Amino acid sequence: MPEFVLTVARFGFLILLWIFVFTVVGVIRRDLFAGGRSKSIVASPRGVGGAVLQGRPAKAKRGKAARQLVVTAGQLAGTRITLGEAPITIGRAEDSTLVITDDFASARHARLVPREGQWFVEDLGSTNGTYLDRGKVSGPTPVPLGVPIRIGRTSLELRP
Amino acid sequence: MSRIRQWKTRRNAELGLLLFAMLLVAAFGATVEANQFDEIRPNFWVPAALIGALFAGLHVVVRFTAPFADPVLLPSVALINGIGVAFLRRLDIARAIAQEKPIPTFFADTSGRQLAWTLLSLILAAVLLLLLRDHRIISRYAYTLGLVGIVLMMIPAVLPASISEVNGAKLWIRIGSVSIQPGEFAKIALVSFFAYYLVRKREVLSLASHRFLGLDFPRGRDLGPVVTVWLFSLLVLVFEKDLGTALLYFGLFIVTLYVATERSSWLIIGLLLFFGGVYLAYLLGASVGGPFANFYDRAELWLDPFSDANYNRESGNSYQLVQGLLGLGTGGLFGTGPGAGSPGTVPEVRTDFIFAGLGEEVGLFGLSAILVLYLLIVERGLHAALAVRDSFGKLVAGGLAFTLGLQVFVILGGITGLIPLTGQTTPFLSAGGSSLMANWLLIAMLLRISDAARRPANSPPDRPSGPKKAPTQLHGAMTEVIKP
Repeated sequence: MPEFVLTVARFGFLILLWIFVFTVVGVIRRDLFAGGRSKSIVASPRGVGGAVLQGRPAKAKRGKAARQLVVTAGQLAGTRITLGEAPITIGRAEDSTLVITDDFASARHARLVPREGQWFVEDLGSTNGTYLDRGKVSGPTPVPLGVPIRIGRTSLELRP
Repeated sequence: MSRIRQWKTRRNAELGLLLFAMLLVAAFGATVEANQFDEIRPNFWVPAALIGALFAGLHVVVRFTAPFADPVLLPSVALINGIGVAFLRRLDIARAIAQEKPIPTFFADTSGRQLAWTLLSLILAAVLLLLLRDHRIISRYAYTLGLVGIVLMMIPAVLPASISEVNGAKLWIRIGSVSIQPGEFAKIALVSFFAYYLVRKREVLSLASHRFLGLDFPRGRDLGPVVTVWLFSLLVLVFEKDLGTALLYFGLFIVTLYVATERSSWLIIGLLLFFGGVYLAYLLGASVGGPFANFYDRAELWLDPFSDANYNRESGNSYQLVQGLLGLGTGGLFGTGPGAGSPGTVPEVRTDFIFAGLGEEVGLFGLSAILVLYLLIVERGLHAALAVRDSFGKLVAGGLAFTLGLQVFVILGGITGLIPLTGQTTPFLSAGGSSLMANWLLIAMLLRISDAARRPANSPPDRPSGPKKAPTQLHGAMTEVIKP
């Protein structure tokens, strides 16, 4: 074997190895973008929910629109709900969107309703009340991003 | 159904990468033959084709049982495994030439055995994927698995040294010519148990705490299980005489704890406990000796492998460490080229020191590519942990991915002289059945969990056995349900 062929083989292998690594990275990258694109399906009326497969929220394109409801404290801490067009009901009743098993929550405790891109929280006559940050919610109240909604021991936040 | 088709399963990307990986394995084999025989024999591609066929088989199983699984896990692991087999074959060829024996066939010697182990491992992985359609089923057997894990971990410690001791470390069960390292399997069982335990206890562990020096420290009584595992890992260190295994068990528990509670104080406590324990073992080894002596010796070799006293010692000298370092040094930036080096001079080059032998031939440039592949495998595991919806899956995937990473760190750190050397296997690369099987099972679990993580919420569930708690889907929103 001529020396030249051996040198080519030696460096060719190393280069191929790195090309493989970069191809893998490329597949991962395309995968991330695929996750991002599929997000647009969420907003469709049929609400193909939970497209947050990649676990990383894409950049919010509409400024500060809320896209997720996150449970920050309580038994369901860590739960995320991708917000669509539909209102979200919270309570102990089985048919609520977010079923919380909290002794201080009522069966139909509160409701989150979107109106022109802004989410409103509304208390549904609960026994122990719904709190937005420190204040008690009496009528439909707009919910800013990142402000905790407290229901019993559970705490919820809107996230972009 | 037509909407569901929009979700990319990316199985074809996986197949493409797999073919690319096998091409690389064939290229490695060809270069080895060019250097060793001075010609490329016409059947150089056979080992790559054989092992490629095995991986293609697993790919088909993944296609049918876990269609949404991560597309880069399987090819990356396949490449590392394939290069391992090709490198072992290269060592076999070199040994046969040195001993003036005929060149071994593809099914003979170490590489043949490794090929057989790969076949067995892939069958195990396929069976796991076929039987376990939902990773949450494991949580039903969590306590059984925990018990199995502890028993597997402790077996070598209680067996007589004639059965369990190899090179000063008691990690084996040797029956005749077959030797098993039960600790490799214990890891997976223990991760599943820890995950289950922590999902149940995460509330109390993360909520009840004292604040001290700006960090949240847990209450004393909640520390119970951590202290228990710490003691167990010290027992492993003492009775199995192996720092790496102890670090592996303890590290995986601390990290699952950290993932479960999101408290960095656990990492600090864990590191302090481990370093404190190791330093204590070192001091005891220096003064008392006995069961600590082995660890003390290893630490001495690590501190100065090139000193005359350590190199010329009767037994347990630093010869292999020095040979490994010299091998890596000879390789330099680009290596001597596959098949052109002399890895045969490094002791244990088929198992513990395979990275040093490979490093001589592919150089820093090639080694770092393989390290990046390990990194990507771990990253995909952690990614699956982030994306999966149930807490148990998160903890299992995070724990398994971290275990794999930590094992690579422990053995590579040992070979390169960063930490005291302990005989861990390099995952997927080293010759050895237990390690290969256990790590492929680990990858099968990651594939299963990443399938669950990437599966769109409204796709038809591929779950004939029916999970206990399916991710609920209400009002088009997907929620993760955690039942403590």
